[in-house]
Amino acid sequence: MHSFISTSPISPLFHHQFQSHTSLTGLPSSPSPFSLRFCGLRRELLQLPQLFHRVSSKNRTYVSAAASSAGNGSPPKTFDYDLVIIGAGVGGHGAALHAVEKGLKTAIIEGDVIGGTCVNRGCVPSKALLAVSGRMRELQDEHHMKALGLQVSGAGYNRQAVADHASNLASKIRNNLTNSLTALGVDILTGFGSILGPQKVKYGTDNVITAKDIIIATGSVPFVPKGIEVDGKTVVTSDHALKLEVVPEWIAIVGSGYIGLEFSDVYTALGSEVTFIEALDQLMPGFDPEISKLAQRVLINPRKIDYHTGVFANKITPARNGKPVIIELIDAKTKEPTETLEVDAALIATGRAPFTKGLGLENINVETQRGFVPVDERMRVIDANGNKVPHLYCIGDANGKLMLAHAASAQGISVVEQVSGKDHVLNHLSIPAACFTHPEISMVGLTEPQAKEKAKKERFKISIAKTSFKANTKALAENEGEGLAKLIYRPDTGEILGVHILGMHAADLIHEASNAMALGTRIQDIKFAVHAHPTLSEVLDELFKSAKVNVDVSKPVAV
Amino acid sequence: MKINEFGNASVDIIVSSISLVRTSPCGRLEHLLPRRPTILTPEKKSLAPLICLLRNRSKQSMMAQLLNSSFTPTSPCLRRQSMPSLTQPTSRKLQIQAKIREIFMPALSSTMTEGKIVSWVKSEGDKLSKGESVVVVESDKADMDVETFYDGYLAAIMVEEGGVAAVGSAIALLAETEDEIAQATSKAKEQSSSLSLSAAPSSPPPVETKIPDFVPVATVVKPATVTAVASTHPASDRGKRIVASPYAKKLAKELNIDLSGVVGSGPMGRIVAKDVEVAVVAGAAVAEPTKPPSVAPGIELGSVVPFTTMQGAVSRNMVESLGVPTFRVGYTITTDALDALYKKIKPKGVTMTALLAKATALALAKHPVVNSSCRDGKSFTYNSSINIAVAVAIDGGLITPVLQNADKVDIYSLSRKWKELVDKARAKQLQPQEYSTGTFTLSNLGMFGVDRFDAILPPGTGAIMAVGASEPTVVATKDGRIGMKSQMQVNVTADHRVIYGADLAQFLETLAKIIEDPKDLTF
Repeated sequence: MHSFISTSPISPLFHHQFQSHTSLTGLPSSPSPFSLRFCGLRRELLQLPQLFHRVSSKNRTYVSAAASSAGNGSPPKTFDYDLVIIGAGVGGHGAALHAVEKGLKTAIIEGDVIGGTCVNRGCVPSKALLAVSGRMRELQDEHHMKALGLQVSGAGYNRQAVADHASNLASKIRNNLTNSLTALGVDILTGFGSILGPQKVKYGTDNVITAKDIIIATGSVPFVPKGIEVDGKTVVTSDHALKLEVVPEWIAIVGSGYIGLEFSDVYTALGSEVTFIEALDQLMPGFDPEISKLAQRVLINPRKIDYHTGVFANKITPARNGKPVIIELIDAKTKEPTETLEVDAALIATGRAPFTKGLGLENINVETQRGFVPVDERMRVIDANGNKVPHLYCIGDANGKLMLAHAASAQGISVVEQVSGKDHVLNHLSIPAACFTHPEISMVGLTEPQAKEKAKKERFKISIAKTSFKANTKALAENEGEGLAKLIYRPDTGEILGVHILGMHAADLIHEASNAMALGTRIQDIKFAVHAHPTLSEVLDELFKSAKVNVDVSKPVAV
Repeated sequence: MKINEFGNASVDIIVSSISLVRTSPCGRLEHLLPRRPTILTPEKKSLAPLICLLRNRSKQSMMAQLLNSSFTPTSPCLRRQSMPSLTQPTSRKLQIQAKIREIFMPALSSTMTEGKIVSWVKSEGDKLSKGESVVVVESDKADMDVETFYDGYLAAIMVEEGGVAAVGSAIALLAETEDEIAQATSKAKEQSSSLSLSAAPSSPPPVETKIPDFVPVATVVKPATVTAVASTHPASDRGKRIVASPYAKKLAKELNIDLSGVVGSGPMGRIVAKDVEVAVVAGAAVAEPTKPPSVAPGIELGSVVPFTTMQGAVSRNMVESLGVPTFRVGYTITTDALDALYKKIKPKGVTMTALLAKATALALAKHPVVNSSCRDGKSFTYNSSINIAVAVAIDGGLITPVLQNADKVDIYSLSRKWKELVDKARAKQLQPQEYSTGTFTLSNLGMFGVDRFDAILPPGTGAIMAVGASEPTVVATKDGRIGMKSQMQVNVTADHRVIYGADLAQFLETLAKIIEDPKDLTF
């Protein structure tokens, strides 16, 4: 299981901050880019070559033989499986697929449904809703339509049909995921998994299996601060909201991170009015400040949205006895009551909390930190004494490193690389993140303030380059010129430190930058790469070309 | 570039980062084509990508030139702006004497003709030092921080955030010392009216057309339930708190409506957008701030135009009025005596509107049923005071300023009050009780030469009187003579559930007597 579309307040980098907030209810949505959560799927379709299948079959025969002679000692000498993954979300799924590729005999334990949060209660259904909201927005924007020469009358929607689209998409992706696992020969074991001891796992009521290596990938659940009563009808989390059982006239969204922002996009497109409640002093605190300023201008101000910043939702009572949802706000600093809101519904989007209860971690002397399983940079679980627990790994939201679906998957692959004998450390800074509003927002690497801090500490200079979507032919053809791409880089080396994009299809555009960062490509090299014209990718082309790298000056290259 | 031949400041702004203006090569060329056909002929356009590459290198220098050239001041007002040189006589005439400089809308790209102020980084009174960002400007290509060329104080912002200004026009004033800020502020006021493009959507456009003192219009609309429904929202603390939806708040801010005077019709008495729209139509506020009043030029014949929010609300109220059974009674009144009185007391500031309102109020005092209103169809209210609402057209919208207790207030006070109301209406400062408390409405189209018309009854009131022009008429008298008299026709529309024909007839008879013998109007 893995993460969802939103930010988390809960990042290892910000432990102390989080602790100071846990006693309160209106959590900041995202103090750090490392706590962003997104969702992505990896190879969920059945297009893998038959080759993998054969390899795994052969492998299975071999391992089964070993397993049959295995005793029940602790730790066992031979194992039922090479790798057991607890949790079949996107993280577990990514790890399982890669394990098969590496020839490992693999099982995956799932106590709920395959696909975890992302597929069932997160990124996947939310993308279905956002696809609807994007089209609604276009159709409702008469000015935009008129500028294109189009005439459309009265756009409307059927709520149930929209909700069905989301649930159909989720079940389709879930089936694809399940099929890909079974087709590759991964055993799907049903029941909640827990750790009995070293290399020993229990699932369901009393099934015990042994594995050479174990990955915990149990993911997260929506975080609901205390004082907030969730009834699933008028006070809801993303789990409920994605079912779109109602479209309230007025909904308060607690937390202006990714979950909140995406839902505001959906709700306002469907006719709701939205009030944001944000604990920090500005909206969208997880973004680069310049991007969040622009996002406010594009995604908040022109819409039917207002907001209260610097306040906690101290108490939220669901609608009952003919009374509306009542939200008591207190000042984030003074804790003085500021205002009482009465709305039709409230969505709690204050981030996500790790789902690690009942995992049997006490059996191996591991203590969670606010629910998160402590790990090192190779996802190896650390026990209460600070020692590594052999053969035990934790990936995804459960370790809290970077609460994004694709990060969980990448961590899983990294672990599989290690257990199959190849050291691997994942560079989290090159993992992109995206928010699927209209227009989209995406980012990779450091924000400007983070880069400045790093530059100060390590004594180097940074430079900023920016390009606008207004100058891009394709964007103008679509009449979607609103947008900005921003590059933060080292002028002395050409190293990319961060890229932030707000604009049409920003989520798809970010990968040129994130791949460059992952592969260590420098600006002076990538600026010569050719981009098809006219495409949105030219926004990044321009961005790289406008950067001024002094490499030739400072380090002359001998010819 | 910095000093023009008049010795005044010209350019205070430079572009902080040219890299921002970089555009995709072809994007740029395509942009330039319509304006600068010489750069690339259409036949060559197919070669655009290739040419773009070739042109790429010269782009920066071209840009710089364009930026330079755009700095030539174009606004005539800045040339007039020579400072009094009396205080500081100088031998060299070309020396910069202006200590108050104008900050201009810079040209941030070659195709830019106007720019939108995204945000002011500094506020009025802030100290600026050379090179500091002052304002963020959105051009047709990008948003850019714009910085100052001079040290000083940001004395006055002339184009607010969200406003648009032509390239080269002044958007703010920069004072060299703190003492000059006040001077600059007054200067900004002088100049703001001369700015053509600076009308910010958030701030009211300068009113240039004067509202005639008395331009009532035929139909007046106001919320039917202004006083009938009390806010029952539990969170509103019996009216102490305002509960309004996000969009209602946004709309109220945009339309300059005070929410405390708006009655909510949403769930539990919450104010929703619709209520704000109704309030707009009802009163104070004004035409759509984002759209100029629709006048004949620029109307595209055959086009289908969706209602503005105000028109939508008017439409709803008009349809609602169909639920009231109305009838009309007309009367011809001789106005010679009234005209004579008006001529006599006009120098004392008395207006015709006040005279008519006063006469109507005195007549209503004798016929309280005509001043009553029926809201639920089961009962009616004898209103305790006589408040004459007068419909006034302003900027394409309708306002009904109310002369309260018009029967009791003397004519001079009433005239002063009317002036005050009109001024307030013009400044969009009418309070809800000043436009929503009318008990009887007057509507006059006489100044257009209309001799008679009838008005639609505003829901929630009992009667409205349509007043035509007073015109010289040949009149036969009972003693067989023929003479010339000035006469006007009035026509009252009333709610027949509470006001019957005889009531109106008697009311009109009384009104005619008062107007034909107007000594009572002045006490």
